[in-house]
Amino acid sequence: MSAVLFPLMLAGYAFGALAGLLGGRGSVGRWLVALGAGLGAGAGLGLGAGVIAGGGALVWSSPDLFGFAGGLQLRLDTLGAAFLVLIGVGAIPAAIYGAGYSEAYEDGRTALRRHPRQGAEASGFMLNLFLLSMSLVAMADNIFTFLFMWEAMSLSSYFLVITESSELGTLQAGQWYLGMAHLGFVCVAAGFMLFAGGDWAASFDSLRAGAAALPAALRSIIFLLALAGFGSKAGIVPLHLWLPMAHPVAPSHVSALMSGVLIKLGLYGLLRVSLDLLGGGPAWWGGLVLGLGAVSAVLGILYALMENDLKRLLAYSSVENMGIILMALGAGLIFHSYGLMALAGLSFVAGLYHTLNHAAFKGLLFLGAGAVLHATHTRNMELLGGLIKRMPWTAFFFLVGAAAISALPPLNGFVSEWLVFQALLGGFQIPSSEMALIMPLAVGMLALTSGLAAACFVKAFGITFLAIPRSVPAEQAHEATPAMRAGMGLLALLCLGLGVLPFAVVPLLGRVLAGIGGLPADPVVLTFNLSLQMPAGFGQMSPSLMAVGLVGLLALIPVVLRMLRVNRRLRLSDTWGCGRTGQTPRMEYTATAFAEPLRRVFTQLYRPTKELTIDFHPESKYFVQSIEYRSQITPWFEKVLYRPLLEGIRFAARMVRRLQSGSLHLYLLYISLTLVLLLIVARWL
Amino acid sequence: MSILLDFAQGVLALALAPGLVGLVRWFKARLQNRRGAAPWQPYFELIKLFGKDGVVSNNASWLFRAAPYVVFGSTLAVAFLIPTIFAPQALGGVGDLLAVVYLLLLGTFCLALAGLDPGTAFGGMGASREMTIAAIAEPTLALAIFGLALEAGSTNLGQIVAQTLGNPALAVTPGHLMAFAALFIVTLAETGRLPVDNPATHLELTMVHEAMILEYSGRYLALIEWAAGLKLLIFFALLSNLFVPWGLAVVLTPVSLLVGVAVFIVKLAFLAGVVALLETRVAKLRLFRVPELLSLSFVLALLSVISSFVLR
Repeated sequence: MSAVLFPLMLAGYAFGALAGLLGGRGSVGRWLVALGAGLGAGAGLGLGAGVIAGGGALVWSSPDLFGFAGGLQLRLDTLGAAFLVLIGVGAIPAAIYGAGYSEAYEDGRTALRRHPRQGAEASGFMLNLFLLSMSLVAMADNIFTFLFMWEAMSLSSYFLVITESSELGTLQAGQWYLGMAHLGFVCVAAGFMLFAGGDWAASFDSLRAGAAALPAALRSIIFLLALAGFGSKAGIVPLHLWLPMAHPVAPSHVSALMSGVLIKLGLYGLLRVSLDLLGGGPAWWGGLVLGLGAVSAVLGILYALMENDLKRLLAYSSVENMGIILMALGAGLIFHSYGLMALAGLSFVAGLYHTLNHAAFKGLLFLGAGAVLHATHTRNMELLGGLIKRMPWTAFFFLVGAAAISALPPLNGFVSEWLVFQALLGGFQIPSSEMALIMPLAVGMLALTSGLAAACFVKAFGITFLAIPRSVPAEQAHEATPAMRAGMGLLALLCLGLGVLPFAVVPLLGRVLAGIGGLPADPVVLTFNLSLQMPAGFGQMSPSLMAVGLVGLLALIPVVLRMLRVNRRLRLSDTWGCGRTGQTPRMEYTATAFAEPLRRVFTQLYRPTKELTIDFHPESKYFVQSIEYRSQITPWFEKVLYRPLLEGIRFAARMVRRLQSGSLHLYLLYISLTLVLLLIVARWL
Repeated sequence: MSILLDFAQGVLALALAPGLVGLVRWFKARLQNRRGAAPWQPYFELIKLFGKDGVVSNNASWLFRAAPYVVFGSTLAVAFLIPTIFAPQALGGVGDLLAVVYLLLLGTFCLALAGLDPGTAFGGMGASREMTIAAIAEPTLALAIFGLALEAGSTNLGQIVAQTLGNPALAVTPGHLMAFAALFIVTLAETGRLPVDNPATHLELTMVHEAMILEYSGRYLALIEWAAGLKLLIFFALLSNLFVPWGLAVVLTPVSLLVGVAVFIVKLAFLAGVVALLETRVAKLRLFRVPELLSLSFVLALLSVISSFVLR
């Protein structure tokens, strides 16, 4: 199988990329791009699933290509295969959706753009390149291949981010993304160089073999560099800043891919280096990851709550979900360091499950937000509303995603959060009491996060889709095209499937890390039948039966009510308005108002600035002519961390600029001075 | 057989729920020197509501009409999972304590969306406040569960009950007592009781739950009111049967089941009296003081877990 699938994957992406270059922006070109991407992603999905189901790793190498750096080495083991599956799961619906969505870029038509602009031809090409490079990151087996593909992935996604480059702010967001991506790249590369002792052609096998011999301090430095480098891709606080900038401006199917898949490769890198190559480390590694995860989760969702830009809200919520995943992985690393392998296995399964789930529901939500943007040309929730009647399908799909991300049963978010909770609850088995006491705090943080997430997505769905439209474009919104609906529908089905069939998914996830980094090679750490059961019977639950029960009850209630002959008449009438008739959208609760109580509760964090301008009638101050209210929350990370850093860089640049006068004489002087200096140095050394 | 008993117990809880609401009101009236309506008044109210026409806002969508069913269904599902008159439940493997929390959150989520749907300021206000309170009550709930699970070695309700029954000394450990206090405060918040919300107001700017369901009428309102009563009963059942499990039938004989029913009703009546007394004594907190109360309960729950660790 794999002999066919691997070339098929490459061929699919190559075909899609070519179609992107040559097919033009018309309908045929768009569908050929989607076909190539879907074919490549589908083949990758099959390849990954085969490796996980079958066990053994697959190896491809091409020593002549890039021979100077050890050649192109690819090896697909179960860990890489899991992420290959993830890419397939995210990319197939996004490709189908993209074929419909990119219609907005056709010819001169500027549905999504206020200004005409060139350059979208490349987006189909870049999309396929992006998917291909992500797939090869998950398969890379030596340092050079990994770093090369990592950089290709960052660059191709950068070009996708700036697709709508004529929009205000897009290029700036792109610069932030590029800057953060390269900061991360430097850390990752430095970590690998330290690991391999400067040999950039070293294969992962040799790293794995040499890891144990490294001094403990060096191992920790490598781990910290990997955490910073991969963390900047994964969007952990405080390296999360590019997510709320780059995700909103990218085309929505690209946002879905970036949020659902790209940032997950940061987790892949972290797992690969810390668990597989380094073979795990002291407990504080896990504690650090757990702590960063908890901070990211809580801060991510708190900032998401205050956001009125639909796509920025989703981007901040990605920070939150990455935090939840990191909490699970951190707990796993802690258990691993104490040799509690069953609990470590459980934690990693929980983290991987949430990774997969997040790709499904966040992909779905981004596609839904894209459909809203497509229909109304705005991302500002304060201008939306009432879309459930104008775009019923999109609204339904978005509702599924919102319920799933709020961890409501019987959808997928619930299952993985339940697993993360169970993993953290197992923390009482840790022998060291300081580490064990972190766990209840983490449980509290996770619960707070999930409660706030529910509030956040009530806001996101309720303000955007319910009640009366708040603007003319929202009133005139149209339903998404069939291709876009198909993409969303696939992901909504996946949310349901991953929710009610966990007993089919979890054993496969159990195999992913089996035998890696000292975890037992026998993957059956948890017993699974129709219900999920923790080791030693710690907890048991059956989402499948719960779903059956819920659906049964929902069907039963109307039947029973009818048998009891309750009054089934219904009258339509105006909303009750305290005696006032004629309801307008201005009487509705706004997105800002919805989040106001939480803004007050967490006022120490937000430090909102308020600006109230009231224009009174000249005759009497009891008549108000206009009121203007502005409020902003303090962007701590920009203010405290990044602005001083950027100021410093600018200052240094200004200092260096003094050398550059542009005068030829001065440069001749520099050259001769350097020469003299070098001669002196050479003489004395 | 035991599955049938499970369903019977859920239906019993459903039947008792309006009576419990009426009992709290009756106690409260008596404590305030009023005669008050009889405890079974809520049954008449439900019958009345089920007989009335429903009025739905023009602005509302299908979600508004579906939400009451989801709220009622998810709350009823919880009633099948928790121990009320006997333990362990045959359906215990379907959902543990965490699943109970998230099933209840499903109802809150739908109701908050339904509050936003008709487009009134009242509904939005109620939804916003309800979600705020639910969000900050969540950590306490999770930690109280952690404390209980730590001692029982499981989040399964049946095992928590069995552990306390087998080792009665557990019921008076500091961890247990503090977890009880924390869960009691959360119960007040989650079921919209004083001092967090006032179930007796319908037209005040301070209301939370009532503001959210203001647009509902007829059978929809009946379902929501009934589900709210059932939620109160569920929290009372968790408080009484997880912390003081004596009286629960552990062998399924007719006599022990009857004893179980009788003891359960006594426990409910006791908690109803406590809540009525509290509601008579305290005034409603300002909305922005509620987080302070809930952080108190969070600290209690955290102390409970830590003391369980220390005394382990």
